[in-house]
Amino acid sequence: MNLLKPILAGAVALGLALPVAAQDRTGTLAKIDASGEIVIGHRESSVPFAYLDENQKPVGYSIDLCMKIVEAVSAELGKELSIKYVPVNPKTRIALMANGTIDLECGSTTNNLTRQEQVEYLPTTFITGTKLMVRKGSGISSVADLDGKAVALAQGTTNERAVKAAIETMGLDVKVLPVRDHAEGMLSLETDRVDVYATDHILLFGLIAKSKTPDAFEVVGDFLSFDPYALMVRRDDSAFELVGKKALAAVFRSGEIDAIYAKWFDPLGVGQTDLLKAAFQLNALPE
Amino acid sequence: MNYNWNWGVLFEEEYLGWLISGVGWTFSVALVAWVLALAVGILVGVGRTLPSRPVALLCTTYVEIFRNVPLLVQLFLWYFVLPEIVPSDMGRWMKRDMPNPEYVTAVVGLGLYTASRVAEQVRAGINAVGGGLTSAAYANGLSTAQTYRYVLLPISFRLIVPPMTSEFLTIFKNSSLALTIGLLELTAQSQQIAEYTFQGFEAFTAATVIYVVIALCATVIAQILERHTKIPGFVGKA
Amino acid sequence: MGDFDLSVIIDNLPFLWQGLQLSLLLTFLAVVGGIVLGTLLALMRLSGILPLSLLSAGYVNLIRSVPLILVIFWFYFLVPLALGRPIGGFYSALIAFVMFEAAYYSEIIRAGIQSVRQGQVHAGQATGLNYWQIQRYVVLPQAFRNMVPILVTQGIILFQDTSLVFVVSLRDFMTVSSIVARTEGRLAEMYVFAALVYFVICFAGSLFVRRLQKAKTA
Repeated sequence: MNLLKPILAGAVALGLALPVAAQDRTGTLAKIDASGEIVIGHRESSVPFAYLDENQKPVGYSIDLCMKIVEAVSAELGKELSIKYVPVNPKTRIALMANGTIDLECGSTTNNLTRQEQVEYLPTTFITGTKLMVRKGSGISSVADLDGKAVALAQGTTNERAVKAAIETMGLDVKVLPVRDHAEGMLSLETDRVDVYATDHILLFGLIAKSKTPDAFEVVGDFLSFDPYALMVRRDDSAFELVGKKALAAVFRSGEIDAIYAKWFDPLGVGQTDLLKAAFQLNALPE
Repeated sequence: MNYNWNWGVLFEEEYLGWLISGVGWTFSVALVAWVLALAVGILVGVGRTLPSRPVALLCTTYVEIFRNVPLLVQLFLWYFVLPEIVPSDMGRWMKRDMPNPEYVTAVVGLGLYTASRVAEQVRAGINAVGGGLTSAAYANGLSTAQTYRYVLLPISFRLIVPPMTSEFLTIFKNSSLALTIGLLELTAQSQQIAEYTFQGFEAFTAATVIYVVIALCATVIAQILERHTKIPGFVGKA
Repeated sequence: MGDFDLSVIIDNLPFLWQGLQLSLLLTFLAVVGGIVLGTLLALMRLSGILPLSLLSAGYVNLIRSVPLILVIFWFYFLVPLALGRPIGGFYSALIAFVMFEAAYYSEIIRAGIQSVRQGQVHAGQATGLNYWQIQRYVVLPQAFRNMVPILVTQGIILFQDTSLVFVVSLRDFMTVSSIVARTEGRLAEMYVFAALVYFVICFAGSLFVRRLQKAKTA
């Protein structure tokens, strides 16, 4: 008899709490809960972050990390989720996130403050920056060696600004060839019109891997700029963001990140930089 | 259609600079290539009508080759293939030390291609002058060179002013192909702006407006020229 | 020039053939679409109804003032935006080409229609045919017969113009040739080969046109 009241109270409280907990879902979590489906925006050829394999399935480093987040969302909502993949490109990704078409963007998007006016980012998953790609044996190992040489730069990129700033600071005499994209830049290096092509170091490794003579090229120099990549989510949706942060923190804490990283970057010969290791540790927040 | 309009982006410092630079390159390429096209085109066009068979054949071959290969392919041949097939010193000079290799290549490629079209116009103009005048000239004892200099060329040049002004406009449009060999002319810059700002509408409209203005100016110049060079009695070549 | 390596061409022949097929398909569809739309534009221009005439003239003059590459960029940007979803590169390119070439075809067709003697139109009206019947049975057949050589020539020009889809990486013959050139590191062979193929096709086309013109005047 004395137990009945607490049990009843407990049952009522539980009964009240469950629907309230369900009603607490807002924003993206509510949307996913209602539809039973999570929509992932992915790149189609951002090797090795997100790209289509021979079966046209999206795979990659960012996709693997996103899958961890999908598992966490599924656990949070307590139901199985189906995944819808929507291809995006730099032109469309922010718009599609902002207008609700995609819930999570898995690609190679740089986190910067201007973009944070429209979207939000989860903890950094990769750090890249401007480096130089040269022919082996060219004798160039840093920006200082560029004096009297020719360098190809994609107009308007952070890479262009970084290299030009470095050249100006050091007062070097360098011929700059403006190019429109990576293919043009690589071609100008391959046909010996320039000595150097500079862009994000991870993209340089991808270009070398795809070239006909990968052994002829190498990536040299220190990072001339700071470009952290991160997964994108909707702005002002801290509930969904928290689920993502928790999932990534778990991956960082357990060391699983090293295995995932190695799977995608070892074939390219790109090891974790000290800065990246630090980023992983800093974001490995305890529960 | 979800689209954020932002016309102001065209006037932002960096992008406005790109547009101006692009316009500058478009004009440079088009005008210099036009001079080259006139010089070569007139020679080849006259050559096609000369009584000398080998010269006529040579000029005809030139025209047929340059007319039947797309301009894009021609530019690639000049830019990518030529430096590889000449002796390596010259090739290296072409790729590295020649000032503005993209610009020079674009001018040469565009100029020689347009020259073949100019040659056709010149030939048509000369043929339109009519056998009667030519025979009269020879009957009066003029040599071939004199016939060309005093009879055929003056008249035919005035006849072909309308189609030539059309070629002049075409060379401005064809200058856009230089973007494929890395010259950041107007069309290339507008695409760059579209890519960086995601404001494609504004960027492409800017380029379109500039080309339309160029076309209007060319048409006005054409009308002025035609009024001055019209030959009464001849229904000009249209 | 030491090693001119033909095997690079032979090894990639299937891939190159695919590219050429796309070029030819694009040309054919653009010619058909261009002539249809061009005829419409020409009729609008000659209709005597001022708004239609101005619209047509404005459109034709606008298109003829801008480079084809810019038109291609425009439609690549606009078509997915207008449809609200991504669309294949081929369709954007096709629309761009039809819209572009229609302006040029309309000028040719307009000249062709105007070359049909007014007497024909009057005779049609006297026989009780309405405007559309006159166009369909009297004017257009004669106009087109006169214009066939020029239409074919414009088709050859269109075929050359398709090489410009290179700027949007659509895999036509030109783009495929340059992909092979880059991945095999054999720029000279591939571009010379591409030039030869275009030359042969266009030269053959121009000879065909010359025969057509001779047949007409015979």
